[in-house]
Amino acid sequence: MKSGLYFARSASVAARRMGVEIIVMSAMDSSLLTLNEIASLIWEAADGLTPLDQIVASTICTRFDVEPHRALLDAEEMVKCLAARGFLKLSDQPIPSHELR
Amino acid sequence: MTQTVTARMRRVVIEIDNLPIRFWCDSSDFIRLIEERYSGFLSSSNNPISEFEIELTTEDRLGAGSEEVVVNREGEQWLIQRTDFRAQWDFATGQGRVRQVASIYPLDSVLRVLLTLILARKDGFLLHASSVIQNGNAFVFAGKSGAGKTTIVKHAPPDAFLLTDDVSCLIRRRGAFEAVGTPFYCGRGRSGENREAPINTIYLLAHGSENKIEPVQGATAVHGLLENVLFFSRDPELTKLVFETACEFVNHVPVRRLTFVPGASIWDLIR
Repeated sequence: MKSGLYFARSASVAARRMGVEIIVMSAMDSSLLTLNEIASLIWEAADGLTPLDQIVASTICTRFDVEPHRALLDAEEMVKCLAARGFLKLSDQPIPSHELR
Repeated sequence: MTQTVTARMRRVVIEIDNLPIRFWCDSSDFIRLIEERYSGFLSSSNNPISEFEIELTTEDRLGAGSEEVVVNREGEQWLIQRTDFRAQWDFATGQGRVRQVASIYPLDSVLRVLLTLILARKDGFLLHASSVIQNGNAFVFAGKSGAGKTTIVKHAPPDAFLLTDDVSCLIRRRGAFEAVGTPFYCGRGRSGENREAPINTIYLLAHGSENKIEPVQGATAVHGLLENVLFFSRDPELTKLVFETACEFVNHVPVRRLTFVPGASIWDLIR
């Protein structure tokens, strides 16, 4: 299954890994959220250039006993949720780094 | 600043955490009020990091039209305002001006905001927390209004020094975090002592039916800390700095949840 979804971390977000979790804060409104272990791996892989399906296949399915189709659906839901809150930028095209500044 | 300060003006320097801030005002009465309110934190420093001219007025709608403090930034210029004051401050030069009613509360708010902005760039922050020094170590008790900040330090052992019963100043120095006394209090509280000490533990306060202490780690600890950080600005640059400092803090200082029943016995658990 292909996703064709590209995503990158917003420039107005600060993030820090704390153990297996990552805590993320919006510098615009100070809202906070904590990403679990799997979400943290996806967050760290968000380079704007690698499509989500490739990230899920290489980062999640190789480490966790998950069904690939299910994992991709869950990952899509997660990145869309983070994008809706301004933490990520989504595109159906690769996102050059200069577009994130 | 020097162009507007006149010969009639009197001055006073308030120094918190080695950050002297000089205030000028042409009202001797108001300068006296400042000296009384911040008596433990007055300084003779001739090298202030910031300088403010205070203009007193009887106007009652001075800034923002809001009961909450509103802080805005344009470049290095900051505008800090509430219904009872309007302050402008230039971060680059340290020069500022505040127009306010003749009450200590507007000035106290300006001072708090100013410190949050200055501390953000110095690996520090203000926290809704009481704190004391005992045996050379600082113990910090964080929580919003009603959490028990004042109550817990009221029951502290007699050899403990009060740093604050309302707003703690926490700053990283030489790789370690220290708590610094502040003159900030609310209601019938009292000013802290002008001292500092390395932080032993920070406790996130919770009321309960029994006394207990539990460790809080990782992201939960960062959440618990940031919920209590005083930060008035929505400036992305400074917000990121405060976030980074809070994460560093959690990596260096033990964070615990302290559930307690008001009373002196809680201090048997605090070490």
